Amino acid sequence: MPTVAPLDLEGHCLAAVFLGDVPHFALADGTIHRLDHGHKTVQANDGLLAALHDGANDRLITGGEDGKIFAVTAGGNTAELATAGKKWITSVAAGPQGAVAYASGKIAYVRFADGKTREFSHPRSVEGLAFSPKGMRFGVARYNGATLHFPAADGKPVELEWAGAHTGITFSPDGGFVVTTMQENALHGWKLADGKHMRMSGYPGKVKSLSWSAKGKWLASSGAPAAIVWPFSGKDGPMGKAPLELGTRGSAMVTSVACHPSQDVVAVGYDDGMVMAVRFADAREVLLRRPGKGAITSMMWDKEERRVAFGSAAGDCGVIDISA
Amino acid sequence: MSDAQTQIPVTVLTGYLGAGKTTLLNRILSENHGKRYAVIVNEFGEIGIDNELIVESDEEIYEMNNGCICCTVRGDLIRVVEGLMRRPGRFDAIVVETTGLADPVPVAQTFFMDDDVRSKTRLDAVVALVDAKHLPLRLKDSREAEDQIAFADVVVLNKTDLVTPEELSKVEATIRAINPAARIHRTTRAGVALSEVLDRGAFDLSRALENDPHFLEAHDDHDHHDHDHHDHEGHDHHDHDGHDHHHAHPSDIHDVTVQSVSLRGGEMDPKKFFPWIEKVTQMEGPNILRLKGIIALKGDDERYVIQGVHMIIEGDHQRAWKDGEKHESRLVFIGRELDAERLKTSFQACHAA
Repeated sequence: MPTVAPLDLEGHCLAAVFLGDVPHFALADGTIHRLDHGHKTVQANDGLLAALHDGANDRLITGGEDGKIFAVTAGGNTAELATAGKKWITSVAAGPQGAVAYASGKIAYVRFADGKTREFSHPRSVEGLAFSPKGMRFGVARYNGATLHFPAADGKPVELEWAGAHTGITFSPDGGFVVTTMQENALHGWKLADGKHMRMSGYPGKVKSLSWSAKGKWLASSGAPAAIVWPFSGKDGPMGKAPLELGTRGSAMVTSVACHPSQDVVAVGYDDGMVMAVRFADAREVLLRRPGKGAITSMMWDKEERRVAFGSAAGDCGVIDISA
Repeated sequence: MSDAQTQIPVTVLTGYLGAGKTTLLNRILSENHGKRYAVIVNEFGEIGIDNELIVESDEEIYEMNNGCICCTVRGDLIRVVEGLMRRPGRFDAIVVETTGLADPVPVAQTFFMDDDVRSKTRLDAVVALVDAKHLPLRLKDSREAEDQIAFADVVVLNKTDLVTPEELSKVEATIRAINPAARIHRTTRAGVALSEVLDRGAFDLSRALENDPHFLEAHDDHDHHDHDHHDHEGHDHHDHDGHDHHHAHPSDIHDVTVQSVSLRGGEMDPKKFFPWIEKVTQMEGPNILRLKGIIALKGDDERYVIQGVHMIIEGDHQRAWKDGEKHESRLVFIGRELDAERLKTSFQACHAA
């Protein structure tokens, strides 16, 4: 039976991550909590708005109301990487060779590991940011599409057009596809090789959480009473194929998804705080955590594939150990 | 609106540059009213107050991808409200200041069309600041000035000391012609009581019309006045409107393109009224800026209140009819290119047999 080590905090948790093997929880007030032989806390931003785990460097990148970017590493070390003025930092991303990107208003910034930064201005607000896993390339989700930049080189960006407001963006692990979340209840995708469109719609709610499965064969998403999992193993992605619907519940919505690092299994978090693990092959479900106080906002598996850290909108966070 | 207790009220401030928005904002942020406000502005600009809850945000208007051109929202507000609401303990209410040229509709629609925003906040009222001296000029050179007035629940007619009583009366009559349902306050230096602009519940179906017991009654101009303020000589606006509420009020005043159509009737047949209002808002939605009404439904012992923005309509039972209260239906449309005769005829056809 899975066991849960709870950590009850005050406030909305934006990110639950492992740094090293220590679970860290980043709250909206900018505090970073960790369970490291007891509950410890450090302060990063004065008001946290965006947080993302940088897997390559095993650190948490945060952006906040104070216009600052921090990197948090295991042991609660915080370092201010950059500041962008008085405006809110609305999105952050982590890329290859220690690069990070962050957005404020209509400008996307890239900060390279050596501390140099480049600015990329856009006619409209930068809504979402993500680096491609291959090459120095990052994508911006924006109104009516996405823009791909090559920050290490000069040259024109690639514009991907699709009507509507695109709020978030992700690259497939092989770099072949870009998928955006939209203001409407849908995802949109592009196959980069030929620009082919992929419409992924039918969600009853907005999609706020996306997670690629091992080797990028599937893309799991929130926004429905089940985790909606699109097949990406074919050369045209999910076109003409139906998604899996995993962990379907009658009275709750999926708010967070996190795919297992090596197996075709997804951790599914719901708006009532429940967490389940579901296997793709046979849709078999295992209850990991009973409903709690608030919607699950973030989850991450540890490297040993044994534990899941989770955060909630009400602050009732914790770590699930599935091996116990 | 069952979650009204936990939803944070949002006040939208519109008005041209120089109309007094910043003065009013500074008062909201500095006066000792016991409430804390988060303020969303386009530019920090002249707000002279250091407050961590002043958020600068680029107005970002998004058309919804549903084929409806009037379905627009403020994308930046969705994000900022979401961010603010992750730490709700910091403030009691939100004020959104729009730029001078802003269309108030996407701001308002954001609070109806986005599920996340709607679940956590409620639109309280749209307040338009108007510069008494420059309004005639603004109406000549822009459609936005007119839209802002047409869309407002409260109009603060500011800088009244810069005009003559005659000019003031004329400006007020113009505002009244554009929007017969708004409450008008005459002020200098935006000196309106904050209780008249904040926490009004103008979009709250159960409260909106309680604040305004004489909604759309004949001679209702008197009741819309803020009698605490000066400069009340010259009530000549009766010459312009206020008597014949069954007629549209277009352009008898120069440079006004917005009109209002006020309808009155008796008890309506719900089987006729609801399909009718659905159809009107579907067909005429792009032309309708606001609609508000109290409907008496045959066989229903409660008043039904209804309001709308373009194609969005909401209705709910408000309260029981009082003993001796006349079961009367009243409905006002504010918009452009409205066919008053057709609205009137088709509305009348909804009467219960």
